[in-house]
Amino acid sequence: MMNLNILVAIPILTAFGLIAVKGLSRTRIVAFTGACIQLILSVFLFFAYQAEQHKGNTDQYVFTQQYDWFPTLGIHYQVGVDGISVAMILLTAFVVLAGVLVSWKQEKWSKEFFLLLTLLSAGAYGYFIATDLFTLFFFLEVAVIPKFLLIGIWGSGKKEYAAMKLALMLMGGSALVFVGLIGTYFWGGYSFDMQAADTIQMPVDKQMIFFPFLFAGFGIFTAMFPFHTWVPDGHSSAPTAASMFLAGISMKLGGYGCLRAAVFLMPEAAHAYQGAIITVAAIAIIYGAFATLMQTDLKYINAYSSVSHCGFVLLGIGMLNETAINGAVLQMVSHGLMTALFFAAIGMVYERTHTRMVKDISGMLKATPFIGTVFILAGLCSLGLPGMSGFVAEMTVFMGGWQAGDALYQFATILACASIVVTAVYILRAAGKTMMGPILHSEYSLFKDAGWNERGAAFLLLAGIFIMGLAPFVLTNIIYPGTADMMQRITEGSISTFELLK
Amino acid sequence: MPFSFLSIMQFEWSALILLFIVLFLRIGKKVISNTSLLYIVNGLLLINFISGFFAHEDGTLFGTMFVSDSLIRFEKSLLNLGVLIISLQSFHWLSKHHHASEFYMILLSSLTGMFFMLSSNNLFMLYLSLELSAIPLAALANFDLQKRVSGEAAIKYIISSAFSSGILLMGISLIYGALGTLSFDAISLNMTGEPLLLFGFICLFAGFAFKLSAVPFHLWTADVYEGAPVAVTSYLSVISKGAMVFVFITALFRVFANVAESWYQMLFVISIATMIIGNLFAIRQQNLKRFLAFSSIAQVGFILIGISGHSDAAVASAVYFIMVYIFSNLAAFGIISLVSDVTGKENIDDYKGFYSTNPLLAWVLTIALFSLAGIPPTAGFFGKFFLLMSGAAADNNTLIIIAALNMIVSLYYYLRVVKAMFMDSNAQPIEKLKPGWMPVTAYIVCTAGILLSGIIGGAFEYIISIVSTH
Repeated sequence: MMNLNILVAIPILTAFGLIAVKGLSRTRIVAFTGACIQLILSVFLFFAYQAEQHKGNTDQYVFTQQYDWFPTLGIHYQVGVDGISVAMILLTAFVVLAGVLVSWKQEKWSKEFFLLLTLLSAGAYGYFIATDLFTLFFFLEVAVIPKFLLIGIWGSGKKEYAAMKLALMLMGGSALVFVGLIGTYFWGGYSFDMQAADTIQMPVDKQMIFFPFLFAGFGIFTAMFPFHTWVPDGHSSAPTAASMFLAGISMKLGGYGCLRAAVFLMPEAAHAYQGAIITVAAIAIIYGAFATLMQTDLKYINAYSSVSHCGFVLLGIGMLNETAINGAVLQMVSHGLMTALFFAAIGMVYERTHTRMVKDISGMLKATPFIGTVFILAGLCSLGLPGMSGFVAEMTVFMGGWQAGDALYQFATILACASIVVTAVYILRAAGKTMMGPILHSEYSLFKDAGWNERGAAFLLLAGIFIMGLAPFVLTNIIYPGTADMMQRITEGSISTFELLK
Repeated sequence: MPFSFLSIMQFEWSALILLFIVLFLRIGKKVISNTSLLYIVNGLLLINFISGFFAHEDGTLFGTMFVSDSLIRFEKSLLNLGVLIISLQSFHWLSKHHHASEFYMILLSSLTGMFFMLSSNNLFMLYLSLELSAIPLAALANFDLQKRVSGEAAIKYIISSAFSSGILLMGISLIYGALGTLSFDAISLNMTGEPLLLFGFICLFAGFAFKLSAVPFHLWTADVYEGAPVAVTSYLSVISKGAMVFVFITALFRVFANVAESWYQMLFVISIATMIIGNLFAIRQQNLKRFLAFSSIAQVGFILIGISGHSDAAVASAVYFIMVYIFSNLAAFGIISLVSDVTGKENIDDYKGFYSTNPLLAWVLTIALFSLAGIPPTAGFFGKFFLLMSGAAADNNTLIIIAALNMIVSLYYYLRVVKAMFMDSNAQPIEKLKPGWMPVTAYIVCTAGILLSGIIGGAFEYIISIVSTH
């Protein structure tokens, strides 16, 4: 048995600790300790969840807890996890610890930096354990403002513009989610409770109104086309740790919400809008991949490729069958680890060369072998090399997509498969140009290779990637029961749609 | 009980006693210093606020002209708290001012008027107390006598206030002419949708909208807010507006419940217009007082949406929102008042680099602005959520969608200030400020209120419990 509130309490305690201490060295030690404890707890949760499964606990959510918040309005603070949330919590813990390690030398306003990073992680943890829509929404919005400040204060390039754009677009997402939430509340039995979702049966015509709000609202968070424009600017302007967090975790908030709130609570509408979701996702995949081809800045390359990769998440969710949704969850975890690693590697390169333009960098592999290797590994994972996490996730999505059966959906799947070729082009081109080749500038020989903190971050994320790639059952064992529970309701949704059409 | 008129009118009495104490201190032979005057007044205000929780007597007085119950008492306590916070925050300004005691006398008479207004159960009483609360404000707006803009603000305020009172009075007389009564109870029983009554009601509604500075009756707001001293601006925008919202709810829900369909349509149009105009104009403002003026107009739009729900939850969410608004807006005004007193700077551009010199003050202002923008975990998030939820209970998706989109716009301009403080560099940022312990106490109270009154659900639950026994 585990008290899930600890997962939110630890970051908040860490934040108080950060307020109390002074100086970079103490600040980062507090932040590091907090992140480590959090990782240990998450791993513990992973095993505790499996133990619960072995005990034969078939509840959809385990470790549930409920507290009255505003009982007269039917609002509760309610937490619980299923396999999907456990996977996302693990991902968050990995990325946060890596982020703290990467920003070890954060000189400017280090206290505020780590404070905001910790608050951001508190929002993400709270979001993933929430089983009440109000609690979920609360934590979703908690995470918006730290992002704004992180990008605007510590960012580079057009940072103010990017920060403002990101904050406003995410707020737009929240606003849409809010409308959907209100609809769910009034038409789903005056309750925000997702655990009692089986009893929430919204009338189908109301579902048709509110589903687009909820789905598009969460979709903005996960860079759904055409609301992806905050991603390239936001990710490229952010400091390294914030980029890792944004792409690694924050974008997953959206995919998780699309699945957990929109599709699960309104299955009939999800089936009705299935074609639209898949079309949008396929456009994002193709458009993102081709847009990446044109980029010359390493961070922009990774940011646009994130748009493409998050398209797989939406594609998997849109297929509405068990395999594809499993694939979507796997892709969320895989992309989180991979993109965080990629941003970390880009950050390490940038710290040394002070440029991120592909044309100005060359021969990093010779100058700094470790960083070069990490960079290339991250790239290979991104293009879906077997043995790494990207392959497992994308493969599952494609299989699910093909199983969906409809000609349009299979066509979308083929398009998505084809995008991998484009991915290979831009990844190999960028990695080849910057990592291989001769050393052009004399100062490259003076570069120090990765320090212990950078190595630690890289190993942490690489471990995740390889475990997932070589032994996917570690993760699928916990994810599958979670999706299986959700699938019952989602499949039921399709039946009643047919009845409706009659 | 023979002395029940004392305990039923407890707030009014205590405000009056306070007023007379200040008066006697002023005309007494021995002139006391401003600082000790401030200590005395603030102490008494605090005692007044605390004692508000102890007297528990409901009832009516003066032949049902005056009514008091637990909800009204709670509303009065909120106003009391707001005045206390403003008084603490204005310490710097008042301790140097030659007319500090006059400031309190005028302020307290206005507050007394508001107390009577909240308790009024009769249109005549309502009008009388409304004037009692409004006319002193014109004098307050002109309190910095040497400033020309203050004079302009006062004239604008008194003219628009007189005009709106005139409209209100016209509405009252029409209703009296049609029904032959001024009592709330009698009107609520006999109110119908016949044209004369409806016209009277619309006049009344317009009069209220003026005081609330709802669009299209908002034009006086920005100029008055900009010209008046910051303490007065915060009083106008928080206390006065809060009291008006409370009375407005009473009028709509209790007195004119029979014509709910008509005022629902009016609220619908006015709330949308108010939100949009307030937000769009706030984007362009440079002066922080003007900025907060327009943002407060936008906030009124949100409150009107909540009111349109017409339920207990609507009353509770509006009262809760006013509480949150008192904390958030006063925290923002507190910082602005300090900066403006010490340096005279009031523009957003002057706040560039504010964080590098005054980190704690910048955080207080940031938290206050986030609360106004409705970002969790601040209480403003909960306030707006509940308002929109009660608005949605009327099954009005259009209103909710427009409101949600407006929240994006409002976030933009609040973030502009945050951006100036944290991100923009400035060769000459505002120097390091040292607020005294009184303003600091006020900041702590406001920040604690913002951070805790939402996360701890008890505050809202308490309000909803007293509303349902109302």
